[in-house]
Amino acid sequence: MSKQNIEVKSTTCYMCACRCGINVTLEKGEIRYIEGNPNHPLNKGVICAKGSAGIMKQYSPGRVTQVLKRKEGTERGAGSFEVISWDTAFDILEERLGNIRATDPKKFAMFTGRDQMQALTGLFAKQFGTPNYAAHGGFCSVNMAAGMIYTIGGSFWEFGGPDLERAKLFIMIGTAEDHHSNPLKIELAHFKKNGGRFISINPVRTGYSAIADEWIPIRPGTDGALFMALNHVLIKEGLFDREFLIKYTNAAELINQDEDSDGFGLFARTTKDSREGCIDPQNKLWWDRNEYAAVPSSNRGADPYLFGEYKLDDGTAVKTAFQLLVDRLEEYTPEWASEITGISAEQIRNLAYEMGIMARDHKIELPISWTDVWGEEHDSVTGNPVAFHAMRGLAAHSNGYHAIRNMSILMTLLGTIDRPGGFRHKAPFPRPIPPCPKPPKGPEAVQPNTELDGMPLGFPASPDDLFVDDKGEPVRLDKAFSWEHPLSAHGLMHNAITNAWRGDPHKIDTLLLFMANMAWNSSMNTSKVREMLVDKDEEGEYKIPYIIVCDAFQSETTQFADIILPDTTYLERHDVMSMLDRPISEFDGPVDSVRIPVVPPTGDCKPFQEVLLELGTRLGLKAFVDEKGQRKYRDYPDFIINHETAPGSGIGFLAGWRGKAGEKSMKGEPNPNQWEMYANNDCVYQHKLPKSYQYMRNWNEGYLEWARHHGLTRYIEPIQIQIYSEIFQNFRLAAEGKRKGKQPPDHLRERVKNYFDPLPMYHEPLEVEMTNRREYPLSAITQRPMAMYHSWDSQNAWLRQIHAHNHLYLHPSVGDHNGFENGDWIWVESMHGKVRCICRFSEAVEPGTVWTWNAIGKASGTWGLGKKANESNKGFLLNHLIAEELPCKTREGTISNSDPVTGQAGWYDVRVKVYKAEEDEPKVTSPQFKTLPKYPGMMSRFKRPNGYKSGTGFFQALLKMAGK
Amino acid sequence: MTQLALIIDLNVCVGCSACVTSCKEWNTSGSAGPMSDFNMYDQDPTGTFFNRVQTYEVGEYPNTETVHFPKSCLHCEEPPCVPVCPTGASYKRKQDGIVLVDYDKCIGCKYCSWACPYGAREIDEEQKVMKKCTLCVDRIYDMDLPEERRQPACVLACPTTARLFGDVHDPDSEVSIAIREQGGYQLQPEWGTNPANHYLPRRKVKSSVSKEDLTRVDNPLKDEHFNKPSDSDVTLEDSSWI
Repeated sequence: MSKQNIEVKSTTCYMCACRCGINVTLEKGEIRYIEGNPNHPLNKGVICAKGSAGIMKQYSPGRVTQVLKRKEGTERGAGSFEVISWDTAFDILEERLGNIRATDPKKFAMFTGRDQMQALTGLFAKQFGTPNYAAHGGFCSVNMAAGMIYTIGGSFWEFGGPDLERAKLFIMIGTAEDHHSNPLKIELAHFKKNGGRFISINPVRTGYSAIADEWIPIRPGTDGALFMALNHVLIKEGLFDREFLIKYTNAAELINQDEDSDGFGLFARTTKDSREGCIDPQNKLWWDRNEYAAVPSSNRGADPYLFGEYKLDDGTAVKTAFQLLVDRLEEYTPEWASEITGISAEQIRNLAYEMGIMARDHKIELPISWTDVWGEEHDSVTGNPVAFHAMRGLAAHSNGYHAIRNMSILMTLLGTIDRPGGFRHKAPFPRPIPPCPKPPKGPEAVQPNTELDGMPLGFPASPDDLFVDDKGEPVRLDKAFSWEHPLSAHGLMHNAITNAWRGDPHKIDTLLLFMANMAWNSSMNTSKVREMLVDKDEEGEYKIPYIIVCDAFQSETTQFADIILPDTTYLERHDVMSMLDRPISEFDGPVDSVRIPVVPPTGDCKPFQEVLLELGTRLGLKAFVDEKGQRKYRDYPDFIINHETAPGSGIGFLAGWRGKAGEKSMKGEPNPNQWEMYANNDCVYQHKLPKSYQYMRNWNEGYLEWARHHGLTRYIEPIQIQIYSEIFQNFRLAAEGKRKGKQPPDHLRERVKNYFDPLPMYHEPLEVEMTNRREYPLSAITQRPMAMYHSWDSQNAWLRQIHAHNHLYLHPSVGDHNGFENGDWIWVESMHGKVRCICRFSEAVEPGTVWTWNAIGKASGTWGLGKKANESNKGFLLNHLIAEELPCKTREGTISNSDPVTGQAGWYDVRVKVYKAEEDEPKVTSPQFKTLPKYPGMMSRFKRPNGYKSGTGFFQALLKMAGK
Repeated sequence: MTQLALIIDLNVCVGCSACVTSCKEWNTSGSAGPMSDFNMYDQDPTGTFFNRVQTYEVGEYPNTETVHFPKSCLHCEEPPCVPVCPTGASYKRKQDGIVLVDYDKCIGCKYCSWACPYGAREIDEEQKVMKKCTLCVDRIYDMDLPEERRQPACVLACPTTARLFGDVHDPDSEVSIAIREQGGYQLQPEWGTNPANHYLPRRKVKSSVSKEDLTRVDNPLKDEHFNKPSDSDVTLEDSSWI
């Protein structure tokens, strides 16, 4: 390669949410190639199919390059736009949003996709004063977050993961290929090369499951039943880590069993602790083996029983939490689980034996001394080398919360939490159970021209933390933190449009969608949602009056915008992977990173962060203006350097190179040269904790003190694993009318009582419960192709050569039974809708399951694709079959098709039937949508050479011409 | 004599296609490029790739294996594509065994692709010349790159280190050791092409526990009987005859 005109710049990838370090080589300003940064702790020099194809994203004809306003006199959805200037756009938005803020801020709803800039978007929403804000977590993986955080104080992916460096047995359950991507691939390969054994439990054998030593097919949505049976066996055989359970969980603590007392189902306590909300006071009791009497569990010299029922001096009957778990699991035998999961009882037993014996007999002992929060010094760190990983395969079911809680209990029984070879936390986790931020308490939290009183998203610790009115009805548009879904820590974005359209619980004026494809793969019931977006009331006004869409590409959602704000690509922007949000921390300490532009913005594209900053400044939101109401920050990079969480807190978006000269980390005054220091250090800051702070962090005094000192946590208190959830019992008591404070509406009492079981439980997914399984005998799910990230890459000329359309994969016996052959056009139909697609027979799928790749199918003409593109003619979207709501069983109307605990969208719950399409039917997928025209400023108009070559100047010119 | 080659470890390849696009991005703007694409944004997109991953299933449910199989030019030691070339465009380098195509001599007659039993060659419909993997010959000798980066793009990209690169004639090289110790094999050796590239087979780790391991003196269930008051008050003190 000629060395002239070559330059290399570091930044952070954004071809998926994994955020690897990349080096971008430019030739005469055009991208020559993108490679993994060898110095980056996350990907260590490797890169994936998507990352390498970043060139084709930058120069894609699907890019939106101008600010576009729906043409006067045209209907929303027609795709007819005219170019306006940013000044005009900001004037329009300032006036509209200013009026909303001055009257009723909740009429502005703001939902964002996989942006990972929630620290900024959340700040904007809070200061605007609207509670109607969430990112995509409600339909992604809130069950995984909540199920684990409410049990062990941390969760998979950004906040923790399997320690495959030291594990000997690794169990992956359900599809998890996209979270984490490259780091998990790197570690999985090392694990296998070191002789580790990898078991995959999944209805489908694809992705990482392909290299599993053993594949255990399971019926979708039944994982919780499997975990309960595994836990049953582990306890029956004594294959649990007794010492771990006693010291580090609430297993041995005593629970009031006196049904007539106020404290039924609550811990027996020595004192009252007024600090509530995110602290688990250490004022509970054990039953000591030597004294044969109750002793405070903070008395670490005591030697408690794990099992048993006892009577306190005042006559109160108590049981250990573990005894309650044992009683609960008694009937959940492998035989019981076998009927549900389709896995034989013998295989379940063998799996439990293998996990339990491996954990017990292959202990790891690291010569690392540490001190626990009770002051006891330990000479070493012990680990049991059994590691797990799971993501949406478990989460995306309406019974996912309890499935994941059961999995967390399994990991705990084996003694694997924040220990070598098991599960390890990543900063800022572990956090208290639950973490401190709380949603607003009632409608009065929303006031004109006033900041929201509370966080838009948080972690309720009791019924009194719910965001409901005096009738117990929801305040938020998406009904998050209401009695329908009390612990909806990530919101319910999947219900936002339907609720806004219906005006239940309230109407809105303006909906802002950033990088969220809500008119396509990010909505369930997609066809109807598209109708809602254009539906009008009796006066001829749109039911959702105004829609703002910010996206870099011509997504299906941009079609429904009243105004489109063109975002930049990841190569054209500043960005932060912040400790305030979802950083890229490693097991051994906090890590954050930045993006720094490697090429100039295209056309009129503007990073969404700059848009928020400008709007926030114009609206006078206090984070963005000074005391006089004047602009405080020049631009986003300036904001990132100088913004502090509170004046003088020393905590900002970036943890590295703080202090005036960059001499401090985690905490310190703003550093004017912080961006340069990141740029000179591969765009990443890594803080390695001392070895003695790297394990047992729920109880590690040194770590917790360090975390407290650096503002990562509020308390230096043990974070005991919750085998028994008193938080849940409090919700149950409220539902039974046995607790003072907020009460559920009567029609939800039974629901709350059922699902707020303080012990792990199993229930069927809600949709499955109400489906006639004889008519719809098959489960339909999606899997994640590693070379294509959701709807992000169909505009990418290279990646679409790998996945241009999808099939419905099913076992040959399903074809035999329904009279069709491999490759036939078939209909797949659920209670809610039907889709015509092409089938493919596969031996790698559980015969009761059909599946397809997620989000390969596209609407005609979108993403810069031609009318005949495979994506819209042969590709299909399973979401048309999935409902965002189900009939409410206890009163007229509907209720979200979501987990009753967390509001996680149950989009892996749908049941379908399949049958052959008629011979005379068109050979295209159904449903079809009218082809979307190209927008002004899109590059699709220009003829391109067949093939890419950097340094010719053509592609740079193409971007320069965009919009001209 | 040196014979450079790729060793592909099917035991860890997850089929992510990192090798597919990293190859394309390096080579399309490199000396072997451009690598054409057609219908880039329309029906049936197609283009030139030097490396593709094929996925297939082996066995019947539930004993099914899903195999991801990356395939590129195998740089045969007896390459059938070379002697059939009428212009001498296809050749095998003496110094490192890489099989290359001289685009200036190639007339696009496709004899070589018919002769290749592995389907590793692709005609570039834009340039009308035959193209294939070069083992990133314009990268691996580039002294401007740090030594550890002088490897084919696919090898550097691969997140699972399923691709090893080196001299299969050097018995002490990483690749030769891997072939020797992990059962590396050639594709269709019966054709006498003696491919330089090798594949490492799947290696299964079986469960190492047995039911006998369940019985242990230190079973924690036993701890629960410690010091519990007995249901019966009768002790030896009550019944002893001494």
